Amino acid sequence: MSLLDSFLIRAALAGLGVALAAAPLGCFVVWRRMAYFGDATAHAAILGVALSLAFQLPILGGVLICCLAMAAAVTALSGRGHGSDTILGVAAHSALAFGLVAVSMIPGARVDLSAYLFGDILAVGRGDLAVIWGGGAVVLVLLWWRWSALLTTTLNGDLARASGIDPEREQRILTFALALVVAVAIKVVGVLLIAALLLIPAAAARPFARTPERMALLAAAIGGGASLLGLRLSWMADTPAGPTIVATAAALFALSASAAGLHRSRRAAKGVSGG
Amino acid sequence: MTLVSIAGLDVALDGRPVLTGVDFQISGGEIVTLVGPNGSGKTTLMRSVIGAVKPAAGKIWRKPGLRIGYVPQKLHVDPTLPLTVGRFLSLPVRFSRFETRAALEQAGAGLLFDRQMSELSGGQFQRVLLARALLAKPELLILDEATQGLDQPGSAAFYRQIETIRDETGCAVLMVSHELHVVMAASDRVVCLNGHVCCHGTPEHVSSAPEYRALFGSGTQGALALYRHDHDHSHESACGHDHARDNSHGTAAE
Repeated sequence: MSLLDSFLIRAALAGLGVALAAAPLGCFVVWRRMAYFGDATAHAAILGVALSLAFQLPILGGVLICCLAMAAAVTALSGRGHGSDTILGVAAHSALAFGLVAVSMIPGARVDLSAYLFGDILAVGRGDLAVIWGGGAVVLVLLWWRWSALLTTTLNGDLARASGIDPEREQRILTFALALVVAVAIKVVGVLLIAALLLIPAAAARPFARTPERMALLAAAIGGGASLLGLRLSWMADTPAGPTIVATAAALFALSASAAGLHRSRRAAKGVSGG
Repeated sequence: MTLVSIAGLDVALDGRPVLTGVDFQISGGEIVTLVGPNGSGKTTLMRSVIGAVKPAAGKIWRKPGLRIGYVPQKLHVDPTLPLTVGRFLSLPVRFSRFETRAALEQAGAGLLFDRQMSELSGGQFQRVLLARALLAKPELLILDEATQGLDQPGSAAFYRQIETIRDETGCAVLMVSHELHVVMAASDRVVCLNGHVCCHGTPEHVSSAPEYRALFGSGTQGALALYRHDHDHSHESACGHDHARDNSHGTAAE
C-alpha cells in the first residue's frame, strides 16, 4: 500500500501539478495578452484527442502535435488583413468543432467526450500522474531557464534583440510550453477550462505583486490552493471536480479584485483627507 | 575601430521599400545623428543596426560580440506586468543593487529605484531606459527619439549628458531625433536620410547642404549656430530655438 493508491490523493497531486506549472506560464499569457491564443491552443487539443484515438497514439503525443500545429497556423495567418482576435476566434472554434466531429467518427470506440471536455480528475492513474508531473516539470524548467529572456521579449522585441536575444525563439518556447501544459491538463480540467487555469490565478495575483517573479509565485500559490480547495469542495458537494476547481479560482479572483479595490479607495480617501 | 558597417542596404516593410542603397558606418567613440522627415527610414536603419530587420539586399556587418545599449523610441509596459525600476534594470542580465543604483545616478534618476515602471513620467522613463542601456557597458549606445516627452531645456540637458557619457566611457552613440538643432550640436557626424542617404558629414556641412535644406528649409541653421556658440542656454538662445524650430517643422510638414 502506498499513498498513491488513494484516488483522492492522486487527484490532489494531479491538480496541484497542473496548477503549479500553469500559473507562472499563465502570467506570460496575461502579460503578452495571449488569452485568446491560449484558448485556441486548448481547443485544438480536442482535435489531438481524436487523432490519438484514431491512430492509437498516446493522447499526450496527439495533443502536442495538434496544439503546435494550431500555433503555427495562427502565426502564419496573422497579419494578413484579419484582426488577430478574429483569426484566433476562427481557429479556436473550428478546432473545437472539427475535433468533436472527428471524435464522433472514430469507429468502434465509444468515447466519453465529457471526460476530455471537462476533465476527469478522479480517474487519474499513476501513469497520468507521471505524465502530469513530468510535463509540468519540463514547463517549469523551461520557464526558469529562459525567464529573463522571456521577460525582456515580453517588454519589447527590439530591446531583446539589442541584448542578443531572438524574440521569435522565445515566442516558440512559450508556445511549446503552452502546448505542453494543455496536453497534461486535459485529464484534470478538460479542454474547455484549461485557459481558466492559466489566466485566473495570474489575474488574481496581479494586485499583490510588485515584481514579475512575485506575481508568478503568488499565482502558483493561488492556483495550487484553488485546485486543492476546489477538489475538496467538489467531494463534499458532489459536483464535477474540474469546473469546481475553476469556480474556486474564480472566487479567489473576486476576493483579490475586491481587496485591491478596497485598498485603492482607502488610499484615495487618505490622499484626499491628507491633502 | 569600426563597430558597424552597412553597405548597399535595401529594406522593404510589407512590400514597400523603406531604405534603398544605404551605406553607413559607425566607429568607436563617435556621436552620429540620423535626421530625416517622418517615414524616411531612420528607425528602420536603427533596427537594422540592432539586427531586428531582415535586409532585402546589402550587407550588415557588426563587430563580433558588439555590446549594444538600446533606448527605444517608446516602451509600453503593460499594466498587467508588475515591474519595479530596479528589476527592469536587471533585464535580461542580472546586476547587483550597487551597480543598478550607480547606473540610475549616472542617468540622473537616482531616486526611482523602487518605483513601478508604469508610474513614471515621460522624462523619468527615458532616464531609466538610458540607465538600463548604460548597464550593459555598451560599445555602441543607440537612442531612438530618446527625448520624446521632454521639454526643450530637458532634452538639451539630456543630450549634454549623452556627450558626457561618451567622453567618460568612450562608447559610440547613434541617435535619431526630430530636434535637429539640439541634436546636431552634440554630434560629430550627421546622416540625413530620406529613404536613401541624402547627405552626410559634420553638422555644419549637412545643415548647409542643398539636399538638407530641400528637406528641412534653412531655418535651423541660425539656431544651430546660436546653440553651438552658447552652450549655457540663456533665455535669449532658448527663444531663438523656439522660433527656429517652428520654422523648420513648418517647412518639413509641407
